[in-house]
Amino acid sequence: MKTLQEFRRYLLRNKLSLVGFLLVNFILLVAVFAPWIAPSPKEGRGVENIDHIGFGPGWHHWMGTDILGRDVLSRVIYGARPALLIAICVVLVAATVGTILGLIAGYMGGWIDEVIMRVCDLFLSFPPLLLALVAVSLLGPGLTHAALALVISWWPWYARLVRGEAQSLKSRAFVEVASAMGVSTFTIVRRHIFRNVTTPLIIQAAADLGTVILAAGSLAFIGLGAQPPQSDWGLMVADGRGLVFDQWWVATFPGLAIFITVLGFNLLGDGMRDFLDPRSQK
Amino acid sequence: MLKFVGKRLVSALFVLFGATIITFILSRVIPSDPALAFYGPKATLDQSARLRKEMGLDQSVVIQYFKYLKDMLTGNWGYSISTKQPVLHELMTKVPSTLEMIFVSIIFATLVGILLGIWAAKNAHKFVDGSVRVFSIAAVSLPTFWLGLLFQLFFVGRLHWFPATGEFDTELKFLNPIKHVTGFPIFDALITGNFHAVENGLWHMVLPALTLSLYSLGLISRMIRANLLEVLSQDYIRVARAYGIKERIVLFTLALRNALPPVTTVVGLSAAYLLTGTFFVEDVFNWPGIGKFATTALLNVDYPAIMGITLLGAMGYLTINLIVDIVQAKLDPRVRAE
Repeated sequence: MKTLQEFRRYLLRNKLSLVGFLLVNFILLVAVFAPWIAPSPKEGRGVENIDHIGFGPGWHHWMGTDILGRDVLSRVIYGARPALLIAICVVLVAATVGTILGLIAGYMGGWIDEVIMRVCDLFLSFPPLLLALVAVSLLGPGLTHAALALVISWWPWYARLVRGEAQSLKSRAFVEVASAMGVSTFTIVRRHIFRNVTTPLIIQAAADLGTVILAAGSLAFIGLGAQPPQSDWGLMVADGRGLVFDQWWVATFPGLAIFITVLGFNLLGDGMRDFLDPRSQK
Repeated sequence: MLKFVGKRLVSALFVLFGATIITFILSRVIPSDPALAFYGPKATLDQSARLRKEMGLDQSVVIQYFKYLKDMLTGNWGYSISTKQPVLHELMTKVPSTLEMIFVSIIFATLVGILLGIWAAKNAHKFVDGSVRVFSIAAVSLPTFWLGLLFQLFFVGRLHWFPATGEFDTELKFLNPIKHVTGFPIFDALITGNFHAVENGLWHMVLPALTLSLYSLGLISRMIRANLLEVLSQDYIRVARAYGIKERIVLFTLALRNALPPVTTVVGLSAAYLLTGTFFVEDVFNWPGIGKFATTALLNVDYPAIMGITLLGAMGYLTINLIVDIVQAKLDPRVRAE
């Protein structure tokens, strides 16, 4: 593994990755300190303020107010929380499930490998996001169900990735020597296989964080993700779609928040890939 | 080549068979009583029991699955709960509008993506290259549904250039009705010489297709740039340049020919992404296709419709993969030999 110092030097040389890194950290800080930053924390949590309905952006409400008179800026700030939470949870759980199954399939081989990989194929025979949409529709809308649905459609990618790596590592000399020396299977998988798949795993996970935020926003937009009065970006864009010609700010700013966050994650993810795997830098 | 296609076709059929297992399992894990969903909360026990028997829910799971498979093959895809129409009929009447949008989007994304990629590769590591790179990362970071709203806000609300929603103007139905030939509205208008409808349809198509294509455009332009740069650094290109062959020929004939095959994968991937991308674009632009039907069905837990959409989605996805495989084999002999 490369050191943090090397990463810092890499960031200073690559401006786009640095922008991504700064954006992601900015959003993280906003999410953590939302109650202290938001001009109106109560409205940020979704409490309506009917005296302030339909105010345009101005000195008191930088991003205007929405259909229930809530300060859009406060809600955008609070919206960073579910967005980051769902991204981190989905990627973490999907990567864990996928890694465990991928390691088993790749190292064990034989019929176990066949079974796990055919199940993966089944899940991957649907266009991206379709399975998640169907799952969340059947489970019922909500943030937790949306996260679960995204995990269902995401884990096979990790399983396939890890299985491929594990399979090629299995025949490498250092693994065969360890096996001949009588090191237990569990230890070989943990120490020699797993540690060598962490790099591709991190690259994949970093690239997926932004995509998951987009997917969760899409689910919320059509009404299957977070539910009102929660301050969720996708949901807020949906709130504003009916009045896009009269009160443009209601839908514009939450959408902009999604865009900036995803852009940050994608720039950083790109940087991580180039940093950890220089071969990919064509 | 024929053997290759045959082999791929067989394996695609196997995967499709597997996909029916997933849709079947999904249709059986629905917690609610199907009779309740169909007749509403006032369903009597008698009605419920009869419907369960009719649907074969009182039989074993394996028998149920084979019955389901038979129904799918014979075109009996059940009835939509919200529209009470046969699901297959609903899907078939809506597919053409969606396919037309996907077709326009993918053509646009491929052509412009290739041009952008070439432009960036030609000016590698200069300002243009950097801008194309930023554009392509931004394009894959944009929420489709929000971009659609922004386009409406700007091009419709401010500039009044395009219609906000729909596939045709409502008057068109009365003034220049489209004759039904293939079911593809703009294509039908074109072959029946109804140019007024063609123009109107394309006018409505611009914003949704542009919204839908941006993600693919980002992916494709990036891929072209990377491939082209790799090819341009190879010896045969240096030799060609040393012989004094015109740069235009080097770039467009010698280099592009070898940079294109991997791009078919990305175009296929984008097309697959567009299948679900239409859900959100059609929702925003009120486009009367599969996507609009799907979002409504998903929200209302109209599960016969959802199962139909899922199966159709799997079919579309597999078809795209099959086409990608074949095109790639055609372009790259090494793939065929595998």
